[in-house]
Amino acid sequence: MSRYAAMFDRLGGEGAFGAFLMLGDPDPQTSARLLDEVIAGGADMIEVGIPFSDPVADGPVIQAAAQRALAAGIRVGDCFDLIRSLRERNSDVPIGILTYANIVAARPGFMRDAAEAGADSLLIADVPALEAGPFALEMSEAGIEPVLIAAANTPVSTLRRIASVSKAYTYCVSRAGITGTHAGGQFDAGLIDRLSTAGAPPPVFGFGISKPEHMRAALAAGAKGVICGSAIVNLVSRREGVASFVQSLKAVTRNDSVAE
Amino acid sequence: MRLDGRFGRFGGCYVPEILIPAVDQLEAAFLDAQEDFAFAAELTGLLANYAGRPTALTRCRNLPGNIYLKREDLLHGGAHKTNQVLGQGLLAKRMSKKRLIAETGAGQHGVATAMVGALLGFETVVYMGAEDVERQQLNVFRMQLMGAEVIHVESGGRTLKDAINEALRDWSASFENTHYLLGTAAGPHPFPTMVREFQRVIGREARAQIVEQLGRLPDAVVACVGGGSNAIGLFADFINDDVRLIGVEAAGKGLDSDQHGATLLRGRRGILHGAETYVLQDDDGQVADSWSVSAGLDYPAVGPEHAHLKDSGRAEYVGATDAEALAAFTALAKSEGIICAFESAHALAHAMKLAEAEPDSAILVGLSGRGDKDVSQAQALLA
Repeated sequence: MSRYAAMFDRLGGEGAFGAFLMLGDPDPQTSARLLDEVIAGGADMIEVGIPFSDPVADGPVIQAAAQRALAAGIRVGDCFDLIRSLRERNSDVPIGILTYANIVAARPGFMRDAAEAGADSLLIADVPALEAGPFALEMSEAGIEPVLIAAANTPVSTLRRIASVSKAYTYCVSRAGITGTHAGGQFDAGLIDRLSTAGAPPPVFGFGISKPEHMRAALAAGAKGVICGSAIVNLVSRREGVASFVQSLKAVTRNDSVAE
Repeated sequence: MRLDGRFGRFGGCYVPEILIPAVDQLEAAFLDAQEDFAFAAELTGLLANYAGRPTALTRCRNLPGNIYLKREDLLHGGAHKTNQVLGQGLLAKRMSKKRLIAETGAGQHGVATAMVGALLGFETVVYMGAEDVERQQLNVFRMQLMGAEVIHVESGGRTLKDAINEALRDWSASFENTHYLLGTAAGPHPFPTMVREFQRVIGREARAQIVEQLGRLPDAVVACVGGGSNAIGLFADFINDDVRLIGVEAAGKGLDSDQHGATLLRGRRGILHGAETYVLQDDDGQVADSWSVSAGLDYPAVGPEHAHLKDSGRAEYVGATDAEALAAFTALAKSEGIICAFESAHALAHAMKLAEAEPDSAILVGLSGRGDKDVSQAQALLA
């Protein structure tokens, strides 16, 4: 069973909390420590960004994180090293990579290197379902689970394609636009239903999750989890700890399942 | 999508999923408009009576050799950009969009978009790198004069590629009421195909004009390539002819320096701004900063059709340095009384070399724009 499947199993009805960090932000040592902190805070799954110079799907917070990492001299190989050492410290937590097509295309054997480092999934922000075929094939061959994005405006035919190509989870975006530009969103229960009908992997909401009420809304809409990115990275940019923030959001998923 | 948007292995549509319905709608509007007589009539009318088509084909009287200039510098707005902003502006109307966004480097495409925004009644927002805003105050004022808002982009290297990033970010939140009026034959499908079709008029006119003046096809067709819209527009109607097609990239301070914009000559295959194409980048895939004396050629990627024309061998790509372009700029002014854009001067620089080697060859050069925007920079460089 894949680490994602095992995690969703283990959590039962409890929503999964995914924490996003940019690898190498603000430097490799701090980055390794922050990965441990979000796990200590209770994150169920870890999403890590490999920084790209031109991140068109990201808002100012994640852009700045990528810039900090690149300015610190982080290379793709260093990112795999960070993943490898995290995997050595933690054998169960699912680790997903989020990056851009040019980073993947520039490195022959990217998927294999990712798998060997211990990553479980890969989401390429500028590869829509339409272009995902060749990437997904390579991922499957390497033992990496493809993750695709679904939005409220994604047509059913594409949702079916997402269902057939992707594994791990389905990254649902709560609104149009880019990451982290404004809090909250429309956690569309209709999208969750359409994904479920299409047979897609478990829906997880991202974009605009920074407060307990966003998490409640996402889970109430039927999501199996949430991913929080910009709010965590914001703390990193202010050189603040992230464990207690993660803890406060993760608590929502526990309380809500108790309430059920 | 009805077309696959590929040129050989290049092109495609690498945008976040959220934008797929927007590019889908654009492709549908474009393909439908292609079959609509009323659309063609309106566009042709604007090109003739607003923009001033057809533009002249001028045989150089004094430069050595046998050089013909396709005079897009005479078009309203001062460059070939006008052809395609009118086309996309009418498409935006057709899609009932209320707002146009665009990226601009030196400001030429921003000015062209502001122009069509004023003409067709759109709210217009232009993204421009903060670095470029400082260097091109006059163009910023031109855009504002025509009612556009100019947003200074502070991210990344604060130049054209960052302005494109920012426009794409805007579009992914605003596509319901906004058309992204991309400025060149690059980006995700359908932009490369659509922009080529709106620029095809350059080559169609030039081909008929040179056949009329010379009695035959030219031996070579030469155009500068940044994103590549004027080159692809000039090449399109010559693709099936036995004619050399030569694209001239910005060799900047030299192809072996790290300051150039020669994506096809020195880049590697990659994926940037929605398309698989050649990209100037490091080993890790981080996109490099490009350089050229001409802002219009200062872009680290290139339209995907050029990538295909290069790999298939149908077109040749060469470089002209800043110094060579400046020399051609000066030569054209002195010998023909024409002040061309720095971009166009790259094409002319190569054509002049070719004319020296082959004095009898007829060489058609795309003179993509006029040089008014460059005269103060030229004054400083030539001092």
